[in-house]
Amino acid sequence: MNLDIRTPLGLLFMLVGLLLAGFGLLSDPALYERSLGLNINLWWGLAMTAFGALMLWLARR
Amino acid sequence: MKLGVVDWSILGLYFLFVLGIGFALRRSMKTTSDFFLSGRSMPAWVAGLAFISANLGAQEVMGMAASGAKYGIMTSHFYWIGAIPAMVFLAVFMMPFYYGSRARSVPEYLKLRFDEKTRGLNAITFALMTVLSSGISMYAMGLLLNLLLGWSFDVSIWLCALIVLLYITMGGLTSAIYNEVLQFFMIVFGFLPLVLLGLHDVGGWQGLQAGLEHVATARGFAAGAWSQSWAHLGNPAENPMGVEWFGMAMGLGFVLSFGYWCTDFLTIQRAMASESMSAARRAPLIAAFPKMLFPFLVILPGMLAIVLNQRGAAGGFALPLKADGSLNYDMTVPLMLAHYFPQGMLGVGITALIASFMAGMAGNVTAFNTVFTYDIYQAYLRKGASDAHYLRVGRLATIGGIGAAVAAAYLATRFNNIMDMLQLVFAFVNAPLFATFLLGMFWKRTTGHAAFVGLLAGTAAAAVHHGLTLPLGSIPGIKGGWLAVIHAYPSEMAQNFWTAIWAWSTCFVVTLLISLVTRARPEAELRGLVYALTERLSDGAEAWWRRPAVLGVVVLALTVGLNLAFR
Repeated sequence: MNLDIRTPLGLLFMLVGLLLAGFGLLSDPALYERSLGLNINLWWGLAMTAFGALMLWLARR
Repeated sequence: MKLGVVDWSILGLYFLFVLGIGFALRRSMKTTSDFFLSGRSMPAWVAGLAFISANLGAQEVMGMAASGAKYGIMTSHFYWIGAIPAMVFLAVFMMPFYYGSRARSVPEYLKLRFDEKTRGLNAITFALMTVLSSGISMYAMGLLLNLLLGWSFDVSIWLCALIVLLYITMGGLTSAIYNEVLQFFMIVFGFLPLVLLGLHDVGGWQGLQAGLEHVATARGFAAGAWSQSWAHLGNPAENPMGVEWFGMAMGLGFVLSFGYWCTDFLTIQRAMASESMSAARRAPLIAAFPKMLFPFLVILPGMLAIVLNQRGAAGGFALPLKADGSLNYDMTVPLMLAHYFPQGMLGVGITALIASFMAGMAGNVTAFNTVFTYDIYQAYLRKGASDAHYLRVGRLATIGGIGAAVAAAYLATRFNNIMDMLQLVFAFVNAPLFATFLLGMFWKRTTGHAAFVGLLAGTAAAAVHHGLTLPLGSIPGIKGGWLAVIHAYPSEMAQNFWTAIWAWSTCFVVTLLISLVTRARPEAELRGLVYALTERLSDGAEAWWRRPAVLGVVVLALTVGLNLAFR
């Protein structure tokens, strides 16, 4: 198969992660009352980005 | 639940990638082997993740959380004894026959090992069942999206059907497998923060345990009934599930679990798509590692929810009530997502749910089109046509299967009872299956006539047992007792476990007896299909950490450890 699943997997998670982290930076802190005061978008967005980057790195030839 | 632009963007990105994968794969689907078996080219880890992901539909995710709230940590038996041992058995002992016989489907293995009628029985019931369960999962999704996001039932169903249709007709099984891998990671990344936030909120594991003790004592059980998985199984009256350890171990741990994981083509197809025998055997074992940890991802949210609910107004979280005043657990997952996730993360969580609905549907569709094309169309309707012809039929079967699933979803909106009844009938058909495979693979004397009659007898035994017993507090009808009530079980789950035990035992004994009085096939025809007549695979050349037997032992040891830790 000429498509390595890690490429789209890595891309999707990097894009979603960056979107989430970016939104976390710009959004109103009051939004995070429900997530116990933690800016979950920023931190989890960064985690997803890191995972996406790892997958892309593994898929490189 | 209100989604913002960021949430819609995440959902949109996901849909885009799902369709993009199908589009990118469309050129590599040249033969039926590409379309139905991914050209047997999948690495073990991809096949392994698809293997569990195909089983991790949204109904499973939502149902497990609901059970976590209702029964506590005992729910993890569905993973630790209800899945892992069977997955190890499949990998170590059965995969050599499925993969090595070059059968293209599970029904086709039955044809090679037994005869045409046994294959026919299995193929037709399996095809009907996959279409039906696809329809029921679509129906559940339509209801959920309507409730959560205000989408119309029709739009949800047709949109998801269209997306699944596009990516499967373009990319076949490879599309389905790749999307199952995406879905696997979406579920992990969508649910892990929920569990972490929830645990932090209730004060860690100790806090959760203390909370669950309140839940248990408030319901009249011993303090540990929600947080210990084995300690209260001595007597069905002492645990919320109403089961005892023997029914649990034999019914769930042996009959139901082995019957599902070792014979269901939906999951086995993923392993059969592996690039080599070694990869095919490793796939279920690789799958077993995340599988044994899933309780922490899908059951824990339910246990957290019931603790929050028990706190009352102070917890700021309440499960809704049913019309009769009892708690409604069905919406546990969406309510927990809405409770802890702000916009952004909410989009990830909702996308994970929709992804698992779609992957569940796609899994059923890919299993259906394969069995339809190879085991029904090629076997009975048109033999000996060109491969290109069967590829076309496979694509048409995909469209037909999805169409039938949509029809089933609409039927479910009007005749919910019919759906319940059909599912019950299929449960009867499935219950004895593992006895047939076990005897077929490990006893060369087993004959085709015996297998066929044994399956029918097992199904009949399941139906009769169901007709003669009833869970306490139910009225005779769909719950059982429609012949006469000669025994009452403490719970519906106990009744299910024992129905399975009766079906399996009947099928086993009948198959055994008839085999002794019918003529066995010559041994030469059974090479590669039966244990005694197949060369032992030698794993000597593999690195030790890639050997199925070693991995299997590691998996089982870890599972025993988990059971002991949460006993």
